[in-house]
Amino acid sequence: MTAEIRPIKTAAEIGLAEAFAALRPRLAGSAVAARREAAFRRFEAVGLPHRRVEDWKYTDLRVLMRDAKPLAAPPDAAAKARSGAAGGVLAGLDVRRIVFVDGMLVPEFSDLAPEPGLRISSLAAALGRGDAALIARLGVGPAEGDVAYALNTAFMGDGAVIEVAPAAHPARPLHLVFAYGSDRAAAVYTRSLVVIGAGAGLILFESHDGPDGVDYQVNAAVDLVLGDRAAFDHVKVGAEGRDALHLSTLSATVGADARFADMTFTTGGKVVRNQLYVRCDGTGSSLSINGASLLNGRQHADTTMLVDHAAGHCRGREVFKSVLDDASRGVFQGKIIVRHGAQKTDARMMSRALLLSDEAESDNKPELEIFADDVQCGHGATSGALDDNLKFYLMARGIPEREAEALLIQSFVAEAIEEVGNEGVRDALIEATRAWLAARP
Amino acid sequence: MAVGTRPVNRLSRAAELKNATCQTEAAHGAAGVDGDVRKTTVVLLEIKNLQVKVDDREILRGLDLTVNKGEVHAIMGPNGSGKSTLAHVLSGKPGYEVTGGSVTFEGADLLALSPDQRAARGIFLAFQYPLEIPGVATMTFLRTALNAQRKTRGEKELSTPEFLKRVREVSGKLSINQDMLRRPVNVGFSGGEKKRNEILQMALLEPILAVLDETDSGLDIDALKVVAEGVNRLRSPGRAMIVITHYQRLLDYIVPDIVHVLSKGRIVRTGGKELAHELEANGYAQYQDEAA
Repeated sequence: MTAEIRPIKTAAEIGLAEAFAALRPRLAGSAVAARREAAFRRFEAVGLPHRRVEDWKYTDLRVLMRDAKPLAAPPDAAAKARSGAAGGVLAGLDVRRIVFVDGMLVPEFSDLAPEPGLRISSLAAALGRGDAALIARLGVGPAEGDVAYALNTAFMGDGAVIEVAPAAHPARPLHLVFAYGSDRAAAVYTRSLVVIGAGAGLILFESHDGPDGVDYQVNAAVDLVLGDRAAFDHVKVGAEGRDALHLSTLSATVGADARFADMTFTTGGKVVRNQLYVRCDGTGSSLSINGASLLNGRQHADTTMLVDHAAGHCRGREVFKSVLDDASRGVFQGKIIVRHGAQKTDARMMSRALLLSDEAESDNKPELEIFADDVQCGHGATSGALDDNLKFYLMARGIPEREAEALLIQSFVAEAIEEVGNEGVRDALIEATRAWLAARP
Repeated sequence: MAVGTRPVNRLSRAAELKNATCQTEAAHGAAGVDGDVRKTTVVLLEIKNLQVKVDDREILRGLDLTVNKGEVHAIMGPNGSGKSTLAHVLSGKPGYEVTGGSVTFEGADLLALSPDQRAARGIFLAFQYPLEIPGVATMTFLRTALNAQRKTRGEKELSTPEFLKRVREVSGKLSINQDMLRRPVNVGFSGGEKKRNEILQMALLEPILAVLDETDSGLDIDALKVVAEGVNRLRSPGRAMIVITHYQRLLDYIVPDIVHVLSKGRIVRTGGKELAHELEANGYAQYQDEAA
């Protein structure tokens, strides 16, 4: 059967095509032009994903992305001023900050001082130089073929290129601060590349924030290559403005005997899709992939995760929690693939939604595809309201109803937060959860 | 102290307990001098003709009970007689429909209060099946509860050092170690640990009326002794307890002043502690017939 060629027709699709056409002259002759061109053609062939596309069943971009905003201009002084202190709930931690405003690196806000074993540079600069080695490493991970990721490849502007030398352990966590500073709606495409050498370790924080009332669009992608025996701790805090569209993709390949820990904490944005593509290429690694979304109003947040056990003897633990108030909607799609020969895989996935309102909706789709015969795989998915018996237990000890609810919701979310290794981050996320609860009317 | 008043701060709660002690001592002293053996009684809880339905089923059918300060009452009865329902109704658990009667606690209409308000006024229910609260450290839970009660009563919240000092005082006596306090509430606790945790909460919250719902269930004899000792330490002239149990065994360790037999939603017999032994020997069969 030949692929259906569907004429581009939504306003957003037309906008994207126009934006790409406008961008093309600026790309002419550059080493990455062919990559962008191919990626855009891949997008064009299928168009914006919609509900009849299984992977996007619950997040219909044809409906949720009405138009395509123009590409963001370099941030002006006002935008920078608004974003200098960005970083959201992680702002108080002792980190090396690398700040991007409206998708572009702002060196004056960033700590780019050299450190042995650590190289940090700007993607825009690398692309501008036509750094062939770097370009060759972009987009070859497990997210290849994803449509949001293809759009990112087509439009990627700036981002961080982080290289950790073998056996190196940077002194402080790195914090990539992505702030939207403009007061006009535009589109931002960032792509970061993180390469961690054998036996090295990196703690990476990533935060996204921006103003309410501006319907800007963010498409953020991170490519990760995690070497053998290397460790990666990643925490992403999504606190976009309440009218923003945020699509993000983490595309990770994990080497042998490595440790990969990921936490996505989402409270912001109007429409959010967090995509996690993780592939175990080597044996003996451990994965801990977690998430928590706290939503209200009409917010929509989708976590779509694909964990691909291409090699055996790996251990995977996934815990995802959503707290859904008002008419918000939480989506979890989690798929674990255990390839033929990936014996002794031990994979467990749990996703739970807590519905605080009759109008809230939770869509939960766990999938296991197992082609090996000596594995342990399990998944659990629940959605429900607060437990009245637990609430009564707390009230019987003198805790007023609202406070009892807050304590239970916090404990529900904490199960995912507790998986985070860094204590400062755990405290910051608990504090963010408390703040969210305190703002409940 | 006048019935119906409610101590408004920590000092007055302590003073009240002390006052009650003094009153009792005074009464005993008077007896020594005059030979007039009269006990000072202060009514704490008065249940009159209480009728309760659950899912349209009548569970309590005209229950009367008066508990005075300083007394320990045991309520015994067969399964399904309404023992746990009584405990739940006193603590305000939702899902119980009171169709008649009244419950007065220190002169106030108890049934009009929410569970947290009742707790702040000094009612404590030790749960038959203490619940597990994943993600909430026991310490956080204890502190939140204690300070919430204090806040409701208009008292100053305890600082961290003050709180820790108090927790250490009471937890040591119950063989509850610091590790248990750091763990989430009751998660992975053994049956005995859960019940000890209930008694720890009770000791910390210093209720005026403690209702122990089948505290002996699921306990081996050693755990039972620890729990009973914990309860006995809290016996005080200013505090009353209602011990609900199916078996007499618990009452060997927590010796009640008064024993009631509950059957089919009514108290059908009241006696001294020897009544428990009689029940142990003869069972509940005769009371089930009586109530029918």
